[in-house]
Amino acid sequence: MTLNQLTAHEVVNLIQKKKITAHEVMQDIFDQIDKVDNMIKAFLVINRKEALKQAKEIDVKVKNGEELPFLAGVAVAIKDIIATQGTETTCGSKILKGFIPPYNATVINKLKEAGAIIIGKTNMDEFAMGSSTENSAFGPTHNPWDLERVPGGSSGGSSAAVAADETFVALGTDTGGSIRQPASLCGMVGLKPTYGRVSRYGLVAYASSLDQIGPITKDVTDCALVMNVISGHDNMDSTSVNLEVPDYLKPCQAGIKDLKIGVPKEYFIEGIDPEVKSALDRALKIFEKLGARVEEVSLPHTKYSLPTYYLIATAEASSNLARYDGVQYGYRAEEYKDLSSMYQKTRSEGFGSEVKRRIMLGTYALSSGYYDAYYLKAQKVRTLIKEDFDKVFSKYDILVTPVSPTPAFKLNEKVSDPLTMYLSDIYTIPINLAGLPAISINCGYSKSNLPIGLQIIGRHFSEETILRAAFNFEQNNDVEKRKPSIKPTKHKEATE
Amino acid sequence: MTEKIITKKEVEYVAKLAKLEFNEGEKDEFTSQLNSILDYFKKLNKLDTERVEPTAYVISMPNLLNEDVVKPSLSQNEVLSNSKYLKNGYFKVPKIM
Amino acid sequence: MKEEVVIGLEIHIQLMTKAKIFCQCSTDYIGKEPNTNTCPVCLGLPGSLPVLNKKVLEFAVRTSVALNCKINQVSRFHRKNYFYPDLPKAYQISQYDTPLGINGYMEISLPESTEKRKIRITRVHIEEDAGKLVHEGDITFSSYSLADYNRCGIPLAEIVTEPDFRSAEEAQIFLVKLRSIVQHLGVCDGNMEEGSMRCDANISLRDAKTGALGIKVEIKNINSFKAVKKALQFEVDRQKKLLAEGEKIMQETRHWDESKFITVSMRSKEEAHDYRYFPEPDLLPLKVDLKMINNIRKNLSELPEARRKRFIKDYQIPEYDAEILTSSKALGDYYEKAVSLYSNSKVLSNWIMGELIRYLNEEKVEIKDSPVSPEKLVGMLKLMDEGIISGKMAKDVFEKMFKTGKDASQIVKESGITQITDENELIKIVDKVVNENPKSVEDFNQGKEKALNYLVGQVMRYTKGRAKPDFIFEAIKQRVKE
Repeated sequence: MTLNQLTAHEVVNLIQKKKITAHEVMQDIFDQIDKVDNMIKAFLVINRKEALKQAKEIDVKVKNGEELPFLAGVAVAIKDIIATQGTETTCGSKILKGFIPPYNATVINKLKEAGAIIIGKTNMDEFAMGSSTENSAFGPTHNPWDLERVPGGSSGGSSAAVAADETFVALGTDTGGSIRQPASLCGMVGLKPTYGRVSRYGLVAYASSLDQIGPITKDVTDCALVMNVISGHDNMDSTSVNLEVPDYLKPCQAGIKDLKIGVPKEYFIEGIDPEVKSALDRALKIFEKLGARVEEVSLPHTKYSLPTYYLIATAEASSNLARYDGVQYGYRAEEYKDLSSMYQKTRSEGFGSEVKRRIMLGTYALSSGYYDAYYLKAQKVRTLIKEDFDKVFSKYDILVTPVSPTPAFKLNEKVSDPLTMYLSDIYTIPINLAGLPAISINCGYSKSNLPIGLQIIGRHFSEETILRAAFNFEQNNDVEKRKPSIKPTKHKEATE
Repeated sequence: MTEKIITKKEVEYVAKLAKLEFNEGEKDEFTSQLNSILDYFKKLNKLDTERVEPTAYVISMPNLLNEDVVKPSLSQNEVLSNSKYLKNGYFKVPKIM
Repeated sequence: MKEEVVIGLEIHIQLMTKAKIFCQCSTDYIGKEPNTNTCPVCLGLPGSLPVLNKKVLEFAVRTSVALNCKINQVSRFHRKNYFYPDLPKAYQISQYDTPLGINGYMEISLPESTEKRKIRITRVHIEEDAGKLVHEGDITFSSYSLADYNRCGIPLAEIVTEPDFRSAEEAQIFLVKLRSIVQHLGVCDGNMEEGSMRCDANISLRDAKTGALGIKVEIKNINSFKAVKKALQFEVDRQKKLLAEGEKIMQETRHWDESKFITVSMRSKEEAHDYRYFPEPDLLPLKVDLKMINNIRKNLSELPEARRKRFIKDYQIPEYDAEILTSSKALGDYYEKAVSLYSNSKVLSNWIMGELIRYLNEEKVEIKDSPVSPEKLVGMLKLMDEGIISGKMAKDVFEKMFKTGKDASQIVKESGITQITDENELIKIVDKVVNENPKSVEDFNQGKEKALNYLVGQVMRYTKGRAKPDFIFEAIKQRVKE
């Protein structure tokens, strides 16, 4: 096993014990990137020189016997929607090509303080709008398990990079499933924290009341490790909650006997791939074997989640993306006749079609005469969806569901019909509407060796519980741990 | 609750509000796509939400308020660094005709 | 048709906090180099988020309480969405359905009457200011504008009145009083020329008989207090004229042109603004603590009305004087300082309302920058009381004090213009004058009082005003009787 195949906690341990140096680990990471990223295309920007320099600095600290912070020497890849000072941040869009933020997102500062080394920015669906990373203005990312398939989205680059051992840990963002779904399609662990658990300062906004930053990692322990670092109240974010951050590593040690698990029946109806269903069924049996109680529950308003989400998210997005007007930064059209046409041309040339579609939808939903029928209505249905969860969580500790109705689909398979693409988020969206925490972990593989994930949902601020359940499952399931063999396909890749 | 389907004219109005422009073909495509999406959204009308409060904020906590203390601003260079349309420290923009 | 003027005002005041409303940049932006007073938050850079400055809330509550508003204990922010280069986020964080203060009022005294009118305040809400656009190039050719974001994020309170004004003058009276109030509250310096207080108006003419409402015209760009009455009066006259000619009034926005003294239509290809208001997701609804409101109410700084009453009572000066002396906080402060150093409050009042204000206006100096401080004014008055200078001389001394900044005794010493106190010397001059003007002496003896004044004047001429008038009067009277 090469160094890049280690987990973050193993790396931290080995560096501390002086068994390996941070520099050699980092070098191995870049070797892997050099080997596979031309096929996977997970990265948009790579900070090689700076990363190796920081790795050397860690080694100096080790030599001097200094105390090392939590993530010392760990390579972290950042989804390109999070502001990194001095490094281009494009959000996968032409309209922000060349934009270099003069400040760091709070999570970046936290990672740096913890000794993590940021190695680059990863590819994503433009402005986090998509479920396959095919909406990136810079070309799609390819799933390491099958290069002709999507890695999922919108955090496809982050997820693929971790799965391909191009980084130990990555940060993604999740508004409707964008951490959990790609983590699932790439066989990784992905956690969306409770809304307000992690600061959004520096997270380029898509839907302000739904967005959260979270880790994508190789195992549950790494996930807990990163959560310890990035969680917490931030004075720069009025929506970040002032609650103490527990040690997320601790609960992983306890068992799950008598844990009450609810399985919402509405998540198992039409549209689900039979292989996904059988993987879930096997997984639930494992939970039972570990002492948990598994029962069917109902979340009756599930079927209204999609329209509710798309009305709220697009409305907020239409406002959040209005600032991209070519005035202060980013792309500005070359030819226009006056201010109004400058705005129109800049935005029409700078945004991709999915972004434009969502801006149109959102603008319409908020426009005069339609606000009550669409936006306000969706806000009310959101209450009903949230209440469904509140009711269920009064009796159950966690819920277990699939993450995606199918394993990774082929590139170009769903791009032509937006509604079809939207439907791939049906299991993840309701969780964002209710602001709950949820983790996606691998629970099997399809016959064609594609990962299948399961989702564990918890009450607000119960990351400890879902991590505990995930850890126990990870340690005790009968799924062999596999690695993708990344090799170029025989046929030409389908291009956009 | 009236069931509204979006017309091409409305698409043009919304595009203007959003400062987006489309050619005729794109307008037609958008109109039909938005229509099918909005048609799917009609589901929501089946629900009686008369006495339901909207959720504007999924969390509830005390207001975060900052002290009235001044901190350093960005330098002019940092502010202007992402644009090439500048003059004497200002951002240059076309006038409204 | 007999018309009734109907005016409503929309006023924006910049709140005098140290830091901006949602970030910690300084509010001291005037005169700074462009784009040197900003940060990711007020620039609206991707990923930035707002956090409310608690002083802004306090100042806005103070203002609402002083205007007798009910405070909404849950008050939330909304986004007002529109595109303009001075608005970096393409939305302004403002308030919509739950403004901080509602249903308030302010009483104003109507001109030339003892009647008071209650002007209803519809709402007071909090919002952020936008940047500044400087327009360059020729208006007719393709040209450009320059954007400076230093002013983005300056905290504003918006105060909206019901259309309760019945004349342009009433609107001005209201604004002057409002300015005085916000100054006394310490929340705004009320400087319209610098933009810390801005006023837009809605004007229509109502049929006095039927009560039928007229078409509302919005007036913007009123840049000074003097312009308020002029602009509103012009618009009222313009509308009256149109109606008299049988024309219709168009619903539109008009700008006040400072140089031509007219309002000009700003109707371009107007798309009615669809602001798509929705609750600001990045800021939780403000829960305004009842304790805080009561605390503010209890500790509210003395308002001009109360100060005026106190001046009348404590300093025994007439209402007229008190009204003027409390018309601005700085003026009231000046007076109180002076009165603490000198007991004759009416003399002080006279000098301040007279000479001081005259020179301040002539030289265009603010009272806070007055070269004659309360201490210096009192110093001069004391010289008068001691007989070192006469009342007439004092006026010259005051002018010199104002123009040089020196204090009275220094000026008197330097110019050697002390009063002549040597009575013998004065009597010599009196004798001289009496001898030189036999006719006047005769006139006086025949009862012509005016002749005495003439004789006094002559003495003054010889003494170059340095004789004490009272003494001269008496001396001449005596001499003449002899």
